Amino acid sequence: MINFEYTRVSSAKAAVSTKAKHAASQFIAGGTNLVDLMKKGVTAPQRLIDINALPLKDISNDAKGLTIGALVPNSVAAENNLVTEKYPLLAMALNAGASAQLRNMATTGGNIMQRTRCPYFYDITMPCNKRQPQSGCGAMEGYNRMHAIFGASEKCIAVHPSDMCVALAALNATVHVSGAKGEKKISFVDFHRLPGDTPQLDNNLQTGELITAVHIPSNRFNKSYYLKVRDRLSYAFALVSVAVALEVSDGVIKSASIAMGGVAHKPWRLTVVS
Amino acid sequence: MDNNCKNEGRRDFLKKSTAIAVLTAATPILLKAAENDETIAAYFEKVPLELEINGQVHKLSVEPRVTLLDLLREQLGLTGTKKGCDHGQCGCCTVHVDGKRINSCLSLAVTNHGKKITTIEGLAKGEELHPMQQAFMKHDGFQCGYCTPGQIMSAIGCIREGHADTAENVREYMSGNICRCGAYPNIVDAIMEVKKGGKPV
Repeated sequence: MINFEYTRVSSAKAAVSTKAKHAASQFIAGGTNLVDLMKKGVTAPQRLIDINALPLKDISNDAKGLTIGALVPNSVAAENNLVTEKYPLLAMALNAGASAQLRNMATTGGNIMQRTRCPYFYDITMPCNKRQPQSGCGAMEGYNRMHAIFGASEKCIAVHPSDMCVALAALNATVHVSGAKGEKKISFVDFHRLPGDTPQLDNNLQTGELITAVHIPSNRFNKSYYLKVRDRLSYAFALVSVAVALEVSDGVIKSASIAMGGVAHKPWRLTVVS
Repeated sequence: MDNNCKNEGRRDFLKKSTAIAVLTAATPILLKAAENDETIAAYFEKVPLELEINGQVHKLSVEPRVTLLDLLREQLGLTGTKKGCDHGQCGCCTVHVDGKRINSCLSLAVTNHGKKITTIEGLAKGEELHPMQQAFMKHDGFQCGYCTPGQIMSAIGCIREGHADTAENVREYMSGNICRCGAYPNIVDAIMEVKKGGKPV
């Protein structure tokens, strides 16, 4: 791994100001994806800003909905009573992702920020417009059975690998962000983006912004399911997945929200179906 | 355990050579306290790091790029924790951080400052093996043994988390540990027995 400078911070303000001072820096929390990318030479940040000490580890609930801190580990969110009782779709999606060890490390914010698992993105000897803009795309004519079905561009057919994000998209979540200009909220469906001509950008987060929490609005959904199809029964990325949340009353579907995973550069909402 | 293990010489060499490396390497601790309560290490500077490993407090000095796995094996000679894929896919490197199982190969040592680490070496009480170690031996939960430390650490986590009620649950929640010898049925039996035995893990 290429060496880097290291900064440990204890507040969101310090994290954001440190990021502003050092352009080629990245935040690190669980590190499950970032450390792997650094070992492979896909990413080589000049500086890591360790945000693990930030007070973003609470899960709270009120009449408006549930707020999950950015540093809540995936396993903690999946086992939390508020999540399993009120938003079981999220718990199912979380438990469908990665392994028990990785879910103990991976955080809510980090899960949202994880990069694609396209093998051409990971292999630094291959062209990849996402890793190195204008270098070409190895996947387009290569091994691409797990690549995008919807929303791809001529530059990139990579997909977003998260399970958690598919459930959050179906549940109309909002991402809370802190930046140099203050706080803001981004609707989950607008957080990730399609590749277009700039596949190096996974999402619409501005440089220097930090995810602080995710908010799920309270809803009327009383039936939900996360179905994941993969090459083995556990611990594999999705060939395709679907998060379905339904409001069923007297055997009639009153409302529905459906999102698909593993099919596009972002969680893919089926708005017409809904 | 067989005291005439053929690997003993190789392990001793590794332990001795790492101890010598630690003594001879210059270990400049260049720590700057800056504004915003930052701890900063520049390129190739080492960061002071305090970890409690198997009940013993260690005051260490590491480069930020060192993973917890490499720190345990290379700097502390705790070679029970294995390096398999080194990319979080096989589970060989599983250790407990504050009681929770993680992949030590994907965790930078510096991000664990102040935490309690338990490795396979920390399970036995003197000559008495941990119940999970005993169960793996009884049920022959291994063949080559390379994945075994990770399997055992993960198995303890699986029970602690409450995911060992059924064989199906054990298989799902142990999916982060790969055994290329295919000892899975015996591993599941070992875990189920420890769970049913009810001893604290």
